[in-house]
Amino acid sequence: MSTSEVLSAPLVLEYPFRRTVGVVQGAFLTGLRDGKVLGIRTTDGRVLCPPVEYDPATGDELTELVEVGTGGVVTTWSWEPEPRAHQPLDRPFAWALIRLDGADTTMLHAVDAGSPEAMATGMRVRVRWADERSGSITDIACFEPESADTDPTPPAPLEHPTDEPVKLIETPARLEYRFTAGQATTRFLHGITEKRILGERCGVCGKVYVPPRGSCPTDGVATSEQVELPARGIVTTFCVVNLQFYGQAMEVPYVCATVLLDGADIGLFGLVQEIPFDQVRMGMRVEAVWVDDEELGPTMTNIKWWKPTGEPDAPYESFREHV
Amino acid sequence: MPTSGSREVAVVAFAQTQHVRRLDDSNEVEMVMPVLHEVKASLGVEQRDIDFTCSGSTDYLAGAAFSFVQALDAVGAWPPIAESHVEADGAWALYEAWVKIQTGQADTALVYAYGKSSPGSLRDVLSRQLDPYHQAPLWPDSIALAALQARACLDAGVTTVDEMAGIAARSRRAAAANPFALLRSSEEPDVLLKEPELASPLRKHDCPPITDGAAAIVLAAGDRARELVERPAWIDGIDHRTDAHSIGVRDLTVSDSTRIAGEKAGVGSRPVDVAELHAPFTHQEVVLRRALGLGDGVDVNPSGGALAANPMMAAGLVRIGEAAQRVMRGEAQRAVAHATSGPCLQQNLVCVLEGGT
Amino acid sequence: MGKERVAVVGVGQTKYSATRGDVSLPGLLREAARNSLADAELTWADIDAVVVGKAPDFFEGVMMPELYLADALGAVGKPLLRVHTAGSVGGSTALVAASLVQAGIHRRVLTIAFEKQSESEAMWALTLPIPFQMPLVAGAGGYFAPHIRAYMRRSEAPDYIGILVALKDRQNALKNPLAHLHEPEITFDSVKDSLMLWDPLRYSETCPSSDGACAMILTDEAGGDAATKPPAWMLGGAMRSEPTMFAGRDQVNPQGGRDCAADVYKQAGIDNPRQDVDVAEIYVPFSWYEPMWMENLGFAPEGTGWKMVEEGATQMDGDLPINPSGGVLSSNPIGASGMIRFAESALQVRGMAGEHQIDGARVAIGHAYGGGSQFFAMWAVGSQKP
Repeated sequence: MSTSEVLSAPLVLEYPFRRTVGVVQGAFLTGLRDGKVLGIRTTDGRVLCPPVEYDPATGDELTELVEVGTGGVVTTWSWEPEPRAHQPLDRPFAWALIRLDGADTTMLHAVDAGSPEAMATGMRVRVRWADERSGSITDIACFEPESADTDPTPPAPLEHPTDEPVKLIETPARLEYRFTAGQATTRFLHGITEKRILGERCGVCGKVYVPPRGSCPTDGVATSEQVELPARGIVTTFCVVNLQFYGQAMEVPYVCATVLLDGADIGLFGLVQEIPFDQVRMGMRVEAVWVDDEELGPTMTNIKWWKPTGEPDAPYESFREHV
Repeated sequence: MPTSGSREVAVVAFAQTQHVRRLDDSNEVEMVMPVLHEVKASLGVEQRDIDFTCSGSTDYLAGAAFSFVQALDAVGAWPPIAESHVEADGAWALYEAWVKIQTGQADTALVYAYGKSSPGSLRDVLSRQLDPYHQAPLWPDSIALAALQARACLDAGVTTVDEMAGIAARSRRAAAANPFALLRSSEEPDVLLKEPELASPLRKHDCPPITDGAAAIVLAAGDRARELVERPAWIDGIDHRTDAHSIGVRDLTVSDSTRIAGEKAGVGSRPVDVAELHAPFTHQEVVLRRALGLGDGVDVNPSGGALAANPMMAAGLVRIGEAAQRVMRGEAQRAVAHATSGPCLQQNLVCVLEGGT
Repeated sequence: MGKERVAVVGVGQTKYSATRGDVSLPGLLREAARNSLADAELTWADIDAVVVGKAPDFFEGVMMPELYLADALGAVGKPLLRVHTAGSVGGSTALVAASLVQAGIHRRVLTIAFEKQSESEAMWALTLPIPFQMPLVAGAGGYFAPHIRAYMRRSEAPDYIGILVALKDRQNALKNPLAHLHEPEITFDSVKDSLMLWDPLRYSETCPSSDGACAMILTDEAGGDAATKPPAWMLGGAMRSEPTMFAGRDQVNPQGGRDCAADVYKQAGIDNPRQDVDVAEIYVPFSWYEPMWMENLGFAPEGTGWKMVEEGATQMDGDLPINPSGGVLSSNPIGASGMIRFAESALQVRGMAGEHQIDGARVAIGHAYGGGSQFFAMWAVGSQKP
């Protein structure tokens, strides 16, 4: 199968992660919200900024927070010519490690230098505060080169000042992927576009897998002999889902069943409808209900659900080895 | 007695995929399966002859939780097998397997690793490894971080852009002899240096290619290794260490964890012929050579290294495999393999392989 | 077993709760690690290596978080390993740590497993979208409920058995101050009347989503001998995996679980598990898995596990107490739950389980499973050296 034929689709994983920060990080973030930068002192007198709860050198717990300057020295830098989403600036900027006055370690942040020619190891930079500060590393919008001509802009007053320490940060993260279905799944999906259910047989054990997974899991060999299966079978087992959660696509309650198609050696998951959910039972005979022809595409959702055929249930003995 | 452990354990087989920029026609299982077949077939063994299986991979590359579970389908795990997985480069899976053999509970082990970097945006994905409070919210990309380290090295006189270009050219030309690598040729260094900077001070040639690929290794103990192959690549020493996480607290011009691991693995105790160093960025090769005390006589990255092919999660295992293969072919008597994980060489593993019966 | 004996000389756990809002991610781990060091009367400097386990990184949205956590775990300059074997991870992590000692590579290993799943949502992280499919299987419960239905059919167990297990575990948890769920008002009827989530599993028969961490300090024989408090001695340990789905797979009584248990019993010299084992901490995230695992682990003949529950054999005053800690049904930081089982089994044979101690416990089992009932990790520990 050529590359252009294998199916792929976008996959987006995103969540607004909520992180509680503890006392030490909370104090640091509260400081940022309030327009100052804190570091933390180790037992041998060094000041780490940003502060950490545990000394990397000794593992000791650290608690002594101290204020450090809002200006400091660039110890190394790089240039970001094409800023990416969520980065501190949307025009080209420098990444830098910055040792703030009074600190012995460096902070990673952005410097709005304008051009790489304006950057140099050893140069002085200062904090540029964000207008809206909530207790996050992004309360420092970025750093800017220190200038003899202009004074640093003091942090803007908060719209809603508060004495409450910061306890939590929200760090939403969105990652985009291109999911590749792989060859076996692609073969299957091409079939299902035509309302054909194509399982695959393992050449070693002879079992028919549907949907095919590309390999027979027990023999570790590729399956490839296609076996067309009818869109009918039995419910071997099932559950009634009654739980709603973030990202849930279905309306609850619904019946999620394992449907063993006639001729298959393994069941597939399917929705069961057109019967009250409390009447669904193991062994019930079902057949597929397809979407309208003009909605068919390379997707399992061509089968909207499975409905009972009305035939007598398969006896338990006939499918007990599958369940 | 080996330097590490008390049982003799050797690499007896190694296989890798043809590494590519993007493997669009297969998913991870389909990518891994041929490599697993090949590595077992080369020894004439089946899964039931393997006492322990361990793999390395990461969910974040695939964008799927438990992605390694599907990969197990490619192994043929029936009847049930003794199996484990690390969320790290396969080099650490090899370490876990080596330990298992050292306990005496296994005599053979299958180790595999895989990674498709192409599905996601690797630079964004890797930013998720960083300190979630201070760094990850800024979405620093992995090339920018490496560039910070590169400049620190240049400022400290550890290397020069000329030397870095030389490393890029040498590595990719060496890869001409490696049919599995992705980048197998290079312009002269002075031509490379005319290119614009990608992420100052790094140029494109200083950076690894985005790669999809997989690899597998079989380990065997003592006489079992001797039964399986003529010239096992004996693991004389193996160790791994980590540095502090944040690049803001470390000296980026040195790699203490590599140095310590190298000492524990006994790198310096005898001359080294070949070193396969997992240095995705050119300046990092210099840092690693210094940390391991490798002199000029050592042939570094004859495979082309990570600059020629960088399948995430497998690149470190590939270094071990490439080094072992040279020993097994009689091309080297003593080889060092290195693997790294985390931002700017945070965590490092060193393995010393020796020929002999 | 390996060459060197393994002793558990320190156990440390966090208080488990839905959201540990009082700590950061490293803070959560430190609490468990510090408690284990204090229990072992050791310091960070005494630890040679660190082995970390947790379940999918999407739970906290940090990729390979052990890299970030190296500093908090005193691992700088030391070997650091990260195990991920799905739900069994807490158990397999302990076994990997034990291997380091058994092989004579390290003398004192800190092993820790955790999850701070309040940073996202367990259901979201377990049910990430997959293209070309409809997400039907709603999380772990949605996956396991059909197999529970199959067990009920196979064994013809009465339908209230799951309720008895949930009631027992939650009542046991009342004796474990660290457990997440403390439900002093719980009754048979309150469990029965709770909402059906994935029929036949009810809300009250389902594990909670918890934040937490669990740590152990493992040492060699000399370390065990030197400990001031009684150590737990490892008698055997094993891992087994099988594929998620294959034709003819028994998902109710998986071969992998049976093989794993048989291997552990053989190593530990356990010929009659029902008699030789004094207490077991096993991975029961959904009530019916207790009778199922009674059969899978060889404590009851096939089809009769539910009778052990009905007879009260698995109660704290029964002949084979199961999950005196309250089990996964009472606390479930997914990445840690397996290690909690291993740690609680060690506490039992050390005589240090406090109010949920089983008197005279000399041989205990710790068990974990993960994935689609396909990854198994198990150990046996004893109060006497093997």
